Amino acid sequence: MAKWIKIAGGVVVIAAVGAGVWAWDSLNTGRSKVAGDSVTLAEFTSDDAEAIERGEYVMRMGDCAACHTREAGEFAGGYEIATPFGTLVSSNITPDAETGIGGMTEKDFFNALRQGIGQHGMLYPAMPYTAYAKFTDQDMHDLWAYMSTVEPVQNDIDENGGMPFPFNIRLAMAGWDMLFFDNEGFEPVASESDAWNRGKYIVDGGGHCAACHSPRNALGAEVASAYLQGGNIGDWYAPDLTPNPHVGLGGSSAEDIATYLKTGTDGVAVAAGPMAEAVEHSLQYLTDEDALAVGTYLTALPASDTPAPKAASLAETDMVRLADVYEVNCSACHGLDGEGIEGMVPAFSANHGLLGDPTNMIHAMLKGTRAAHTEAAQTAAGMPSFAWKMDDTQVADILTYVRNSFGNGAEAVSPEAVAEMREALDAREPLRAASN
Amino acid sequence: MANERPKADVVIVGLGWAGSVMAEELTRAGLNVVAIERGAWRDTSTDFPPAVDPDELRWHTRRELLQPMSVETTTFRNKTGQQAAPVRNWNAFQFGWNVGGAGTHWAGMSWRFLPWDFQVATQTAERYGQERLDSLMAEGLQLQDWGVTYDEMAPYYDRFERIAGTSGKAGNLNGQKIKGGNVFEGPRDREYPTPQLKDTNWMSMYRDTTEGMGYNPFTIPAGNISQAYVNPLGVTMGPCTYCGFCDFHGCGNFSKSSPQACILPALMRRSNFTVLTETEVLHAVKHEDGKTVKGVKFVTRDGEEGFQPADVVCITAYQMDNVRLMLLSGIGEQYDPATQQGTIGRNYSYQTCSSVTGFFSGAKMNPFIGGGALGVQIDDFNGDNFDHSELDFIGGAGIMGYSTNGRPIANMNGIRPGNKRWGSEWKEAYARDYQEVANIFCQGTSMPTRDAYLSLDPTYTDRHGQPLLRLTFDWNRNDTSMIDYTTKKAVEIMREAGGEDIMVDNQAEASWNPYKQHSSHTIGGLVMGSNPATSALNPYLQSWDCHNVFSVGASAFPNNGGYNPTLTVGALAVRAARAIHETYINNPGPLVEA
Repeated sequence: MAKWIKIAGGVVVIAAVGAGVWAWDSLNTGRSKVAGDSVTLAEFTSDDAEAIERGEYVMRMGDCAACHTREAGEFAGGYEIATPFGTLVSSNITPDAETGIGGMTEKDFFNALRQGIGQHGMLYPAMPYTAYAKFTDQDMHDLWAYMSTVEPVQNDIDENGGMPFPFNIRLAMAGWDMLFFDNEGFEPVASESDAWNRGKYIVDGGGHCAACHSPRNALGAEVASAYLQGGNIGDWYAPDLTPNPHVGLGGSSAEDIATYLKTGTDGVAVAAGPMAEAVEHSLQYLTDEDALAVGTYLTALPASDTPAPKAASLAETDMVRLADVYEVNCSACHGLDGEGIEGMVPAFSANHGLLGDPTNMIHAMLKGTRAAHTEAAQTAAGMPSFAWKMDDTQVADILTYVRNSFGNGAEAVSPEAVAEMREALDAREPLRAASN
Repeated sequence: MANERPKADVVIVGLGWAGSVMAEELTRAGLNVVAIERGAWRDTSTDFPPAVDPDELRWHTRRELLQPMSVETTTFRNKTGQQAAPVRNWNAFQFGWNVGGAGTHWAGMSWRFLPWDFQVATQTAERYGQERLDSLMAEGLQLQDWGVTYDEMAPYYDRFERIAGTSGKAGNLNGQKIKGGNVFEGPRDREYPTPQLKDTNWMSMYRDTTEGMGYNPFTIPAGNISQAYVNPLGVTMGPCTYCGFCDFHGCGNFSKSSPQACILPALMRRSNFTVLTETEVLHAVKHEDGKTVKGVKFVTRDGEEGFQPADVVCITAYQMDNVRLMLLSGIGEQYDPATQQGTIGRNYSYQTCSSVTGFFSGAKMNPFIGGGALGVQIDDFNGDNFDHSELDFIGGAGIMGYSTNGRPIANMNGIRPGNKRWGSEWKEAYARDYQEVANIFCQGTSMPTRDAYLSLDPTYTDRHGQPLLRLTFDWNRNDTSMIDYTTKKAVEIMREAGGEDIMVDNQAEASWNPYKQHSSHTIGGLVMGSNPATSALNPYLQSWDCHNVFSVGASAFPNNGGYNPTLTVGALAVRAARAIHETYINNPGPLVEA
């Protein structure tokens, strides 16, 4: 995440200079007129249990807790997002009048969520209001009702106190919005099925999938032409979600995707890293119908034209040597034939996720990672770190082996890429034998 | 009291197998549970993944998963009147020192006890006459039933097997005997959750040999599971790789039944469950009337004392510590061997075992293919499966040909007699015999006696100044006769299999010694039963003396079976937890009238 925030920060400065009339569209709060503007969240109570329940569902879909819940309590904020320009801290969104959003009216709430216009000024685009803009008025009303039931927590947060000048100027975000923020609600496509439309609404709205899965341009905005074709989010890579047959979801059915969202695994791949968090805190709560709708929409996307990866050419002697390394270090869980353990440990055979950008594999080897804990798949098994045991070349070699075995073929992983990641993650150096 | 925590419905003292099973049952029933564990959090992928687990020096030789002796040990003597001395190395039994307890470092043999084991007194009288029972009692045995029968235990065994994923093959399905399974086992109403493990070379030889001798060999039921499995809690286990680093080790690939692999992933996410790690319970605190307790006093790693109030206290520590905690809490009366009054500390038993080793010239046993519970057994001489009319003992032993491990350090002494134990001759012998050695183990029953018991040591204390537990134990005549008999059977099998240079280590030939044991199955001291004069706990594992105290562990066994205890401990934990949430919590009081 750090990289794109850096870019966003850069563009902020440029854009702020040119701010003017142009700002009108992105700052037009006409859509919030449907919201009440007299009662604050601290004062508001709802006796509509169904609306509250629907609102909780919207909260899960939007995964608010991912950033806003930390040690201070549910929705009390405090999640630190480090950027090269300083540190952003997620806000307290409990109904506490002093330190939370208790002083907001429903209209203020709509403005903040859907347009990034907050009570202390413009929000930074770390808050995905660019996607939440798609939320329907109904979902927003329900979410408002739900938020009124949240326990107020006193937790004073200075969201951008760690951002030095000029990045602490919130108004600068208006410039970014002018360039990249599409201040439009969700428009269903009449020619498509209800499931497709519902899927698109979740993917582009609450799910904010493109925030990670679309690449960003030099100015930190999602590249529309490469929509959901995979994005680098610093030390993880969010893979191609289009039906690309080589590195994307080609071969996955809508049902497979639904199963993955609900359980964290489709029987072959297992969510890890930030995706495990998304599944654990958000996606597992989707109804079966909604999960299938996401699958329906994703499988109907045009496939990216990323070509089949070229297999690395490994010498026969290397393959024999690395087969031993694999058997000793990997096979206990991933299986002698790369079959994995269904519902628990990813397979290497027939797993497209292995063949593209190797960032996730390198990350997992160096730092370990953990699967999602879901109601349906309770294990949340961990991948151990090998940083202490293998040097950069050994990590690169075994990954290259896995990417070119079990029917796979993909470019070699370079020791340099491993070294760079080891540095970025501050992963430990391997143990050395006492002699030589 | 300072540092008093919010009250819990139930506090669990010790989060090993018993504590985890109970916490899972109780939280699922909606109760608010706090578990207090002396050891630290330990997790598969961070503490013992496959690249770390097979470190024999660290885990087996140096015993890093076990509780340091400086934290707590026991003292030992063979008989009343002797001065007991502290035990300074783990050999005869091992305390766990982590969340998961000994359930993290156990081997995985997953037995149901025989129907006979639960009713030794009654069934001995029924089959051999009251006089036979009377004469054994007169000799000093203290035989008594458990207050629960195998049939009553069967559903709890079934539940624990499903949680643990146990591998095996049924030998008695609803009364129908099935060749290839253990035809002597009590009836089960369905197959094991996962199929039996595969044979090693030695297991095949042992199976063929014993079958040829007219016995009934079967694969030992194992908590090293044979294939991927999803348990009823939704937790997935991975297939065993036969790496052979099981007992004293964790399991890196989620294949060994353990709280980590089977229960904790689900339990830890429940909002009504809390665990305090690296926190030691000193004792329970009684209400003024002495009929119930109000909670437990604990001390944190940093030495801060605190109090955890609770409606129910479940003592689920190691067998020894269950007894010790009851004594330190002043619940019940210390057993006195002179009068046989008092129930706390009564009916302590170890397990009567022997090993038979043979060598097979030119064989390739490949012992590096192993599993903690990997073996073939015959139960033809276990329990009361054979006629004791003409024999001078009751009980028996399971006789197994095993392939539990090929650990290179531990097996260094497994060389033919007559070879030097050092230098180049030893190296040559070890290189040869590593492949040629095979072992048979007799895991025998132990009957309780008047003179074997547990009590607080008058001299030695732990780091908190509380008395250590004192163990007073030696083999009894019945059990030494039993192991002599069954060891001869094992030698016959080894000869028949073609083993040469046979070596026998009969543990009961010399007085019991805490440094020379091959079992680690220590039981009793806080036994269950239907008579409050002879048992500390009623048949629901509830204290006769304080009705809101329950205790589960091998400490509840009045006598030891010729089996590993874990499955029975797990089944008792299910039974006790269900009694709590189905009955006790709504209507607190004794579940059985005294």
